[in-house]
Amino acid sequence: MVHPQAVLGTRTLFSGQYIVEAENLLKTFGDFVAVNRISFQVATGKCYGILGPNGAGKTTTVRMVYGFSPMSGGSLKVFGLDISRDWRQIKFHIGVCQQENSLDPDLTVLQNLEVFARYFDMPQKEARQKAMELLDFIALKHRLNAPVTELSGGMMRRLVLARSLINTPDLLILDEPTTGLDPQSRHQIWDRLGELQGRGITILLTTHYMEEASRLCDRLIIIDHGLILVEGNPAELIRQYVGGNVIEIVRPTDELRSFIQARQLPHEDLGHRLIVYCEDRGELYQRLTRDFCKEGCVMRLATLEDVFLKLTGRELRE
Amino acid sequence: MTQGFPIKISRRFLRVWGRNLKVYRKSWKISFIPPFLEPLFYLIAFGVGLSGLVGNIRYQGSDISYMSYIAPALIGVSIMYNSFFETTYASFVRMYYQKTFDAMLATPLSLEEVITGEIVWGATKSFIAAAIMMGVISFFGFIRFPEGLLILPLAVLGGIAFGSIGMFFTGIVANIEMFNLPVFLFITPMFLFSGTFFPLENLPQWAQNAAFLFPLTHLAHLSRAFSFGQIHISLLWEIGYLLLFSLIFFPLALFKMHQRLIK
Repeated sequence: MVHPQAVLGTRTLFSGQYIVEAENLLKTFGDFVAVNRISFQVATGKCYGILGPNGAGKTTTVRMVYGFSPMSGGSLKVFGLDISRDWRQIKFHIGVCQQENSLDPDLTVLQNLEVFARYFDMPQKEARQKAMELLDFIALKHRLNAPVTELSGGMMRRLVLARSLINTPDLLILDEPTTGLDPQSRHQIWDRLGELQGRGITILLTTHYMEEASRLCDRLIIIDHGLILVEGNPAELIRQYVGGNVIEIVRPTDELRSFIQARQLPHEDLGHRLIVYCEDRGELYQRLTRDFCKEGCVMRLATLEDVFLKLTGRELRE
Repeated sequence: MTQGFPIKISRRFLRVWGRNLKVYRKSWKISFIPPFLEPLFYLIAFGVGLSGLVGNIRYQGSDISYMSYIAPALIGVSIMYNSFFETTYASFVRMYYQKTFDAMLATPLSLEEVITGEIVWGATKSFIAAAIMMGVISFFGFIRFPEGLLILPLAVLGGIAFGSIGMFFTGIVANIEMFNLPVFLFITPMFLFSGTFFPLENLPQWAQNAAFLFPLTHLAHLSRAFSFGQIHISLLWEIGYLLLFSLIFFPLALFKMHQRLIK
């Protein structure tokens, strides 16, 4: 096993407090406003999450950060440099995992990394060495000569991750890195990312997996319709918006409903299901199970998913 | 990076070119076969099969065999095909299905460099094809040396011209099937009516005039002139036309691809 420091190398480019500074970032497509003048800052060495339902503007936002999409307004600095002017210099120090699989099917596993290294001006010998280190890091060394078309979904994702690390980036941008993966593959990606975090890499992550965000992000924003709904760290947001616990009641009775309403408890009524947010240590839950429902009533810890659904609503995004 | 169209081209396009070369080298043994066999097939079919009917033909005041008439034009056709099909179907697959350009755009490469690399790669394929075909055709004694070597730089120029217009179509087609249109309306008529298989003088005047707009007319004529060793100052006009064609469609291709991909 290669030492992670060798994979990451040493970070030298930037030592400021914020690696990304977006101010009034705007992106429009004709009349449609995809990103509506949002401002955020990604602290150096931290993991920053952008959460939101499909079509919220997550990908559009990160695409502007890595210089893929020109912005329609506002200002955006990466490593303290202006993305509009110094895009090339910035891109030399960013690693990107795009959402869609963009591995080169015409090339083998190793060639995918080597060819990519050339785009960053790495000499061939160095590229080979770095590629081998990264294949070790993602446990794909045994498949180095395989065509990428023969890899499983999880292996492809790991290879995309390795490819995004080929230039020893100071900022790693992950656009839904685990979407569509099985739990094993997902956990393997999280492990690798955790290891990278331990080495101080800065990550900008988009996801709609709340578990992923809770696990990786030091700070996050939830966006919808191109606007920021909240910003904070995952635990704070849960405390602030949902409280400590959640009680879910299946097929609530009318008495139960009037009880909840009379006491003005924070809740959501989904018809066949009632969700009650509570701060106490279980007194309410005991009361409810004793007086109203013998079964179909569950108490659990509040999660980021509760915050997310509360803020972005439950209707489908299609 | 405003909504305008900044030109961002450096030598880095060679990295994109290098990627394509690497893929090509993986299957070069197969890639070599078409340009090697194609002239043989044509020479047998048209040359051997037809020349019995056609006999010699009169070209610029002298009688020449039908096979020696069409052989250099076949090189011109191959130059056209190789770059045009590379920057249409092949580039479209890389752009649309393989997301190769998307991946490249997350690196220090600019879109202009990606597209330039693709067009120059198309010209490289024209060059390779022309070189192989020259080898085959010289075996029959249809190419005079050293003048015939001028076909090699001509292949690069023709490759850029047809690669650029191919990439322009890639910038505007809605899907890969739509390439049938430019192939049917542009490439095929050129293949047939550019002085390739019979002298333009056999056509009515209006058709001759139209044929002078075809880049292949000039490419085929230049190839023939170089093959016969008939170097003349007037050829500069035809080289100039291919240059002009490239100078129009190369920036146009960049512009359309920019419109298509940068959102």
